[in-house]
Amino acid sequence: MRLKFLSRSENEVFARNAVAAFALPLNPSLAEISDVKTAVSEAVTNCIVHGYAKGEGWIEIACKTEDGCLFVEIADEGRGIENVEEALTPFYTTLAEEERSGMGFTIMQTFMDGFSVHSVPGGGTVVKMSKKFGAQAESDAR
Amino acid sequence: MQMQSSRQGDNLYVYLAGELDEHSVSEMRAQADRVIDEHAGLSRAIFNLAGVKFMDSTGIGFLIGRYKKLRQYGMAMYLENPNAGADKILSLSGVYSLMPKI
Repeated sequence: MRLKFLSRSENEVFARNAVAAFALPLNPSLAEISDVKTAVSEAVTNCIVHGYAKGEGWIEIACKTEDGCLFVEIADEGRGIENVEEALTPFYTTLAEEERSGMGFTIMQTFMDGFSVHSVPGGGTVVKMSKKFGAQAESDAR
Repeated sequence: MQMQSSRQGDNLYVYLAGELDEHSVSEMRAQADRVIDEHAGLSRAIFNLAGVKFMDSTGIGFLIGRYKKLRQYGMAMYLENPNAGADKILSLSGVYSLMPKI
């Protein structure tokens, strides 16, 4: 699936619901779907409030499933991140005056199984995430 | 996103419903602050999250912002009835140490 939409906050709800709907054939639990929606929402929010802070641009989401695993890529062509390591620090935010919690990347990392971020200052950011469904059920059954 | 409030004795109850994200929060801040201003001087504000179907870290930022505003009035803040998804990110972000779940 490929989805391309403008960086307007009203698009967040359909973006996260589209990814959740795409993942449904993998039979995720309600908790797993909630995790995916939250992680997607965090990544899209970053594109809107950081990537395209000074205007509007395109956000592109690419999804695939493979062996019961969901892969999601969320990309913008915005201003990029100067220091990715710093951005990944829990509670770190460049927008403290806007009531930002600084937890976006931490939530993506915690709620998904695979996570990476590639960014080029001035050239945009790509977040790649994956989640294996049923992992919790398997470990519970053991 | 919808918000309702009521006063019960020394407590302000704020009921949030809908999806708490970047879009809804930007509309909700002023409304929430107005309700807090109108009830300045009470002891506690209890945010009931039973109707919140979705929440991300923007929602966390929103709650912390209201916590700071309430603190200026000397009012304590509490959260009640988050769903499982909201509870997970509230726990992860350590918000309950500021505004306990009751």
